[in-house]
Amino acid sequence: MNQANLLEILSQIPDPEIPVINIVELGIVREAKMISDNEVEIVITPTYSACPAMFNIEEDIIKLFKEKGIQAKVITKIAPVWTTDWITDEAREKLRVYGITPPEKGNHEDHLNVPKKCPRCGSTNTKQISRFGSTLCKASYQCNDCLEPFDYFKCH
Amino acid sequence: MNPLFNYTLKLADDTLIFGQRLGELCGQGPYLEEDIALTNIALDYLGQSNNFYKYAAQIQDLGKSEDDLAFLRLEKEYLNCQLTELPNGDYAQTILKVYFFSVYQKILYTELMKSTDEQISAIAEKSLKEVKYHYTHTSTWIKMFAGGTEESKTRLKNAVEHLWEYTGGMFAETPGEEDLAKLEIVPNGKQIKELWKKTVAEDFQNFGIAIPESDFMQKGSRTGYHTEYFGFILCELQFMQRTYPNCAW
Repeated sequence: MNQANLLEILSQIPDPEIPVINIVELGIVREAKMISDNEVEIVITPTYSACPAMFNIEEDIIKLFKEKGIQAKVITKIAPVWTTDWITDEAREKLRVYGITPPEKGNHEDHLNVPKKCPRCGSTNTKQISRFGSTLCKASYQCNDCLEPFDYFKCH
Repeated sequence: MNPLFNYTLKLADDTLIFGQRLGELCGQGPYLEEDIALTNIALDYLGQSNNFYKYAAQIQDLGKSEDDLAFLRLEKEYLNCQLTELPNGDYAQTILKVYFFSVYQKILYTELMKSTDEQISAIAEKSLKEVKYHYTHTSTWIKMFAGGTEESKTRLKNAVEHLWEYTGGMFAETPGEEDLAKLEIVPNGKQIKELWKKTVAEDFQNFGIAIPESDFMQKGSRTGYHTEYFGFILCELQFMQRTYPNCAW
């Protein structure tokens, strides 16, 4: 199996906290290669220093390959540092449909002067409720037009 | 003792202890959004400390894990600065403490990114993104306190007076730190201090609040000497591992 095949397999693993996107399109999987006939080495990178989902993701990877008779060795590497820019465009659209406004590309300091678009009605007339949210990667917003509260995936 | 081990440990201890302290506010924040904000910050700190402890354990090379270092050392072996262990106090104190600390972390991690030690540089780069967010959050609040009611102004003023003498401890050096600085593994501690003072002075001017005139600073940070509050925080932190050795989730 080459890297493309392995990534396809890994795409079956959803992010434990946002199950509509998988770990490959989220940019967590950095490398995947066979190191022998029945051994695979996967390099993953954490989104946040303390992201609790990382433990589950590692377990999920090992379990998925075990079912296929392959032993997975998971290596966690911090550098290069994960950024929301690595989230694919498809995944961004999935986030929006799920009700989470995707992060803007390149806005690493997350400047507030860039309006956040409501994932329901598309209005940019929105306000920040809290800089933080239900998980480390999200902030809380509300739409002033449709009044719906929504999560914003923070730029990182 | 290996100087790099000591240095890594001080970074790990600062964030572990501050994370544990802020974690006390889980379910107790002044309102829901701030409850979430503070516990998010606490979690970021714990993540950072986990990375530093892992690396410290690797440097130490005695077969210990990050958990051994976090949970099973004695009081005098912890190298955190005293600012991180002080009680949360009122909300002005809590926020001001995180503000002082995030200015320090922002400057320190920016410099540590240039470290010739790859692992230190990687953890610093990862953590810096989180720290910048803490800085934005707390400085926004301080600006609001400073421009708010008589009550918020008084509380902020009291918090500044109370906490100021603990800020010097952040810059206290661990044994061998100067040698590490010569090798460009870590930045010069005095330079970090100067940059911190400059940033805080500019911010305070912007907030419209005064920096205390007294330059008296508490001593003992990073030498294993702690405030009276530390034993209690350690007791709670270590209870499970001490009572049920090697227990795991």
